[in-house]
This record gives sequence, C-alpha cells and structure tokens, in this order.
Amino acid sequence: MENLYTAMSANKRNSFFITVALTAVFVVLGYFLGQYWGSGYGGVFIAFLVALVMSLSAYYGGDKMVLGISRAKRIEKKDFPQLFNVIEELAIAGGLPMPAIYVIDDTAPNAFATGRDPKHASVAITTGLIQKLNRDELQGVMAHELSHVGNRDILYATMVGILVGSIAMMSDFFLRSFFWGGGRRRRSNNSEGGGGGAIFLVVAIALAVIAPIFTKLLQLAVSRQREYLADASAAKLTRYPEGLASALQKISGDKEVLEVANRATQHLYIVNPIKPFEKRAGNLFSTHPPIQDRIARLRAIR
Amino acid sequence: MIGWVVLIILAVLVFAAIGIFNNLVVLRKRCDSGWAQIDVQLKRRYDLIPNLVETVKGYLKHEREVLENVTKARQQAIDVSGVKEQAKAENMLTSTLRSLFAVAESYPDLKANQNMLALQEELASTENKISFSRQHYNEVVLEYNTRIEQVPANIFATIFNFKARDFFEIEDPVEKKAPKVSFT
Repeated sequence: MENLYTAMSANKRNSFFITVALTAVFVVLGYFLGQYWGSGYGGVFIAFLVALVMSLSAYYGGDKMVLGISRAKRIEKKDFPQLFNVIEELAIAGGLPMPAIYVIDDTAPNAFATGRDPKHASVAITTGLIQKLNRDELQGVMAHELSHVGNRDILYATMVGILVGSIAMMSDFFLRSFFWGGGRRRRSNNSEGGGGGAIFLVVAIALAVIAPIFTKLLQLAVSRQREYLADASAAKLTRYPEGLASALQKISGDKEVLEVANRATQHLYIVNPIKPFEKRAGNLFSTHPPIQDRIARLRAIR
Repeated sequence: MIGWVVLIILAVLVFAAIGIFNNLVVLRKRCDSGWAQIDVQLKRRYDLIPNLVETVKGYLKHEREVLENVTKARQQAIDVSGVKEQAKAENMLTSTLRSLFAVAESYPDLKANQNMLALQEELASTENKISFSRQHYNEVVLEYNTRIEQVPANIFATIFNFKARDFFEIEDPVEKKAPKVSFT
C-alpha cells in the first residue's frame, strides 16, 4: 500500500532513475553520432555533457520552464487575497513553507503544482477555476496540490515533463536534419550523402522509439494511486473531503480545453486538461484516474 | 583484526546513536514551532479586532453591546494565562465574533463596505489558521510522543530527558469538530 513516506522516497528514487536512464541513452546515441563524425569518445563526451545540462536544468529550472510554458504569472497577496489566504492556511496545516503562487489567465478550470522540493514549490491555478469555486472547494483543490508538494510528486512530475518535452524536440530536430541535410547532400555528392542522412535517420528513429517509453514513464508519474493518495491527503489536511469532491464535480462538468497545456505538462494538472474529445489526447487520456471514481472515494471518507 | 572489527562496530553504533538523537531533537523542535505557530495566529486575531471594531462602529450605533462583548473578550483572551483558561477565552472570543458578524448581516451598507469584506476574509482566514495550526501541532506531537516510546529511541529519550508533550484538546464538543468558519 502506498503511503506518504513510501511515495516520497519512490519519487526521489524515480527522479534519479529517469536521469540515469536518460544519460545512458544519450551516451549510446552520442557514441554512434561520434563514430560518424570521426570520434566515438568525443561523441560520448558531448552527449554526456548534453544529458548533464538537461538534467541539471530540469532539476533546478524545470519549475520555471513549466510555469513559463503555461504562461503563469506570479501573484501577490493583494491580487487574490482569498486564494492567498487559503494557501497560507493549508501550508500551516501541512507544516509546509509557503509556496509561490501563480495564476494562468484562462477560463478552463484547472490547477497544478511544480518545483523540486517543498522549499522551492509553486502552485498555479487558472482564473477560470478561481471564479467557479467557492472557498471550501478552492481549499480542497489547493490541499490536493499541496499534497503533491508534500510527497515530492512535483519533483518527479516536473523532471519527466521537461525530459519528455526535450526528447520530443530533439526527435523532431534530427528528423528534419535527415530530410534537409539528406536532400542537400544528394544533390551535391551522391556517394557520401546517403551515409550522412542515414545516421541522422538512425538517431531520429532511436529518439522516436525512446519518446513513447518516456511517455509511459510520464503516465506512471501520475499513477492512479498517486492521484488518489493526493486526494486522500487533501482530505486529511482540510478534514473536509466534500470541498474537493464538489470542486472535482464542478471541474468535470466543464468542457473547456486549457490551451496552454501540452503533452509534456498535461500530467501535472489536477484533472486532465486535454479533454477526451480532443484528438491530441488520444490514449493518453489515461494519465488521470476517472474523475467520478475520485469523487466517489472522497465521499466515502468519513 | 578483532580490534578493527570492534572499532568498526563501535563507529557504526556511535553514528546510529547520533542519528537517533538528532531525529529526536528535530521532532521536539517541530513541536515547539508548532506551538509557536498557534500563538502567532492568535496574536494576529487580536491585532485584527481593533480594526474591525473601528470599521463597524459607525454602522452599529444601536448594537453597542455586541461590540463591547468583542472588545472585552479580546482583552480577556490577552490577559489570561494557563492553557485551559486560554482555550476558554479564545472560544469566548470566537463566539462573540460570530454574533457580531451575524448582526452585521442585517446592515446592507456595512455588508457592502469593501473594508468590511476584506476584514471578514482576513478574520475567517485567521480562524482557519488557528484551527489548522492546532491540528498540525497535534500531528507533530503525536509523531514525537510515539517516537520517544519506540525502541531504541526510548533509551535516549530517558537519558536525555525528552518528555512527552500534551495534545491541544478542546473541551467544547462543537469546537472539537473543527468547524469551518465562514462568515460570508
């Protein structure tokens, strides 16, 4: 059975594991690319550096990137006094430091938390959600987010999001290099051009193969257990499960799509921001447990 | 050879002992800061009340008694000492505040006053912070009290005089359920 403490260490362990796995993959790819350019070990060295920079920036700057992608703006108490108060109350209840609060200017109701540890945590909420919820419901949603902060889900979820995003980007880059580079070479020099294109194709294919594996990891990052656990911890914080339950009810009734959410950040949100009728959601819809089930579980808490 | 083994075992034991001791210190510190947090929030409520009275005074000319009760309850809460008396005075203050807000309901002008709305939110939030800080205090005390009774930490607890802490208990059965205070 997953509880707060096993979740906490599992998150730290998984974050470390995904970094090591990424570095290993990069080093292997770097070796082949390096071979092509004349020095396998030079390639390994560069790939290692790239992996290191990526991991470090995901660890230290991942939260800023995610918030930037989501176009979230930092707020002060005077901007949204009630929201600020609600979060302050919950930080006291959970014995956590006060997180930075961000607001996303979008009418779709949603919220997420990010950061590497409770001391460097941020919570973001859409203006749509602030408007739709009453105080108790807002408290429930924020308690859910602070539970993610408390058990370090935010570290793993942020790392995975950033790394998945960069791999998708690199896959695109190599695929384009293959098409453009290959084409140019074929025009100028037929005998050598094929090899240059091929190596890019291999890298692109390798990355294209890795990307779904990382997406799978991303799904695991929000295993149903983890979301249920955050819901339960939220109920424990507020001692009022109905607040979150009725907030989820309200959110589930809303059909709006959050424009700023994408493949790399969708798993961070309290409910999947990419609604099932959207084509881009596809089978990734399973990143979140069914909302009605979550509500039923919350209402069963007594 | 045997000397080395003994030395290593001793070193491991010493490190384990340091770890256990430090853990106890951390847990005790958390109890202290949890208790301090309650005081911070209570103090905050005292500070908000004069503001509230000032705002409300002009509107509630015929409800002087309600206002006086709040002021009196506040003074009492500041003056008393002893955990039990303190809890009682705080409860008194909470209920006088509630009746003040109930009375304010029948004054539309007052209800629409921006200052009043802001104060209501601040006081509602402070009430929540008080009960949440008590809740958190009880959680850390539970963890600390459990730890000092567990083997092997209980040995250190006895030697270094780590005493069990009292839980924050509220006699009033209504308060016990940690009611959601919502003045709006």
